[in-house]
Amino acid sequence: MRVNVRFFALYRERAGTAEAEIDLPEGATAEELLGRLRIVYPALPSSNSVLIAVNSEYVGPADPLHEGDEVAFIPPVSGG
Amino acid sequence: MIKITSEPLNPEEITAQVRSNSNGAVITFLGTTRDFSEGRNVEYLEYEAYQPMAENMLQQIADELREKWDIDDFAVAHRVGRVDIGEISLVVALASPHRQQAFEAGGYIVDRIKQIVPIWKKEVFEGGEVWVGSEEESATTAPTS
Repeated sequence: MRVNVRFFALYRERAGTAEAEIDLPEGATAEELLGRLRIVYPALPSSNSVLIAVNSEYVGPADPLHEGDEVAFIPPVSGG
Repeated sequence: MIKITSEPLNPEEITAQVRSNSNGAVITFLGTTRDFSEGRNVEYLEYEAYQPMAENMLQQIADELREKWDIDDFAVAHRVGRVDIGEISLVVALASPHRQQAFEAGGYIVDRIKQIVPIWKKEVFEGGEVWVGSEEESATTAPTS
């Protein structure tokens, strides 16, 4: 299956791109995707504080992904 | 009203959205950009948003206000892009029949924005820049040129 990945702020700068399309085995989780991304983009911070959103909703790292999902890695937010 | 925009914010216009004859208390909160932070002389700020999700999360906060305080009259606007020192980056306006709920809810809204809304602030200062909230990683990883 294929998912669309979005990077923001520090992660966007470290990945050197705002978006990527990644092929994953069926049933792969958000956490597994992050592991793959760290191989492709080794400059991604290895922070434990990363939050993950799928289709604009926060999810847990063990949640399974689906074909066509938009997966965003959310650095610590700092609006206001 | 929920708005994320690169245009300057107008607090009067946003406050007008929440006023009504059934409300006796109106609160407007302005977040403004500071020139000095963590020992750094900040030159300007750069805000970035994951816009559709940020709008969803602000809508979620609106739903929480309705559940907790029965407040419907709520408006919020956040800047993105470059924001110069002294400008307004955030406007929150809300109104309720009585002041006590309005003050409580006002503090709650700003706290929730800083917890769940995917918006990021970069401080650009003399000699560098840093993503607020990711200072350690910004500092310990070599900058990309």
